[in-house]
Amino acid sequence: MWDWEYTWEILPILGEASLITLQATVLGFLMALVLGLILAILRMMAPKPVRYLVAGFIEFVRSTPLLIQIFFLYYVLPQVGLTMGAMLTGVIALGVHYGAYCSEVYRAGLEGVPKGQWEASTALNLPMSVTFRNVILPQAIPPIVPALGNYLVALFKETPLLSAIAVLELMQTAKILGSETFKYVEPITMVGLFFLCFSLVSAYIIRRFERRLNRQVRVS
Amino acid sequence: MPPWQLLLIGVSSFGLALLAFASLGLAEFIPSLLRGVVVTIQITLGGSLVAVLAALLAAAAKLYGHPIIRAIASAYVELFRGTSALVQLFWLFYVLPHFGVTLEPLTVGIAALGLNVGAYGAEVVRGAILAVPKGQWEASTALNFSGPQTLFKVILPQAFIGMLPPWGNLLIELLKATALVSLITLSDLAFIAQQLNQNTLRTVEIFSLVLFLYLGLSLAITAGVRALEQRASRGLSRQRMDG
Repeated sequence: MWDWEYTWEILPILGEASLITLQATVLGFLMALVLGLILAILRMMAPKPVRYLVAGFIEFVRSTPLLIQIFFLYYVLPQVGLTMGAMLTGVIALGVHYGAYCSEVYRAGLEGVPKGQWEASTALNLPMSVTFRNVILPQAIPPIVPALGNYLVALFKETPLLSAIAVLELMQTAKILGSETFKYVEPITMVGLFFLCFSLVSAYIIRRFERRLNRQVRVS
Repeated sequence: MPPWQLLLIGVSSFGLALLAFASLGLAEFIPSLLRGVVVTIQITLGGSLVAVLAALLAAAAKLYGHPIIRAIASAYVELFRGTSALVQLFWLFYVLPHFGVTLEPLTVGIAALGLNVGAYGAEVVRGAILAVPKGQWEASTALNFSGPQTLFKVILPQAFIGMLPPWGNLLIELLKATALVSLITLSDLAFIAQQLNQNTLRTVEIFSLVLFLYLGLSLAITAGVRALEQRASRGLSRQRMDG
């Protein structure tokens, strides 16, 4: 049933493909982190019409399937003159989708900073940019790191969707291997195991980090 | 936002998208789109049924089961939460036949997505049951209720309200995940969208409008869950937990 020889044969190929998966995860998440912060700030502080627009955009992105969003970007971006590779399109789609999720996390973090901090910064005559960078964000970010970590894991688990636009990540590679040899059992199971290992390890790291964070908060 | 407003926005998003299809000269494709919507709804409904059952069973097993059953339930939850939905779908679709089990694509879709969401739901159910104050158990013991009686008549009705908001989110995730079944040859809304795109090359229109169809469905789910929340918390002095 399980062919070990074949498993060893495909292992290096899958290992190489997993690098693409990790690359898409890291790049997509970096984009999500930046975009999420921008969206959160706009949603909280921009003039009213912009605020509603941003809120609507976030809800829209969160309520529609990532797969369709990927297709949308993949087919529509070239039509407006932005030709880019499938990989870059996929990273942008992941970044926008999870940026919308992250923005809600940031918003919770920013709202958690006591109002007095803003008032104190005003009293000290700090400019807006300094207040934000040196007073508000350092207090808003640490408590939300575990929540952001969970979205990193969620994003990682969505990277197989990029196989739909033929990015040669793990799932696509496994499917190609399967269709070449008609042996799907080994490649797809290996992909599953890879995801399981990575998720379990990262869940463990997040939990430890969360515990350390709680301890620090209690001490201060 | 009250449920009826959400429903209104949802229905108008859906209706306007269909209207836009008609006015853009794509009217002839509306019937096939609606067939796709029906498949999407079928999988969402079937999947949510599987998810709720799996979540209740797994939560009960993790809370009150024999150690062996508890370990099995934990393994199920970790396995389905730790791997990606698409991998699970492909595994059931491509690998299971090699072990002599061949399922219809529709069954695969419902089972894989239902079990995936059920694994997340199990933690929701478990958390909600644990959040019911311990005094409720003690009071039930004092009133000589049996174990199942306490669980079904005292604990679950109270846990139910706390479960609803996270379940609403999970059902939206389920709806969004149904788009994946287009990759195992099921002709759901996402599949029809790709097909139309290949036939007509009206890419921008088709994919944007299909996104609005999905938005309509999502809002309908949110409205339904909100309405259920309001009904469930009727007669309780407690406010909705998330304000």
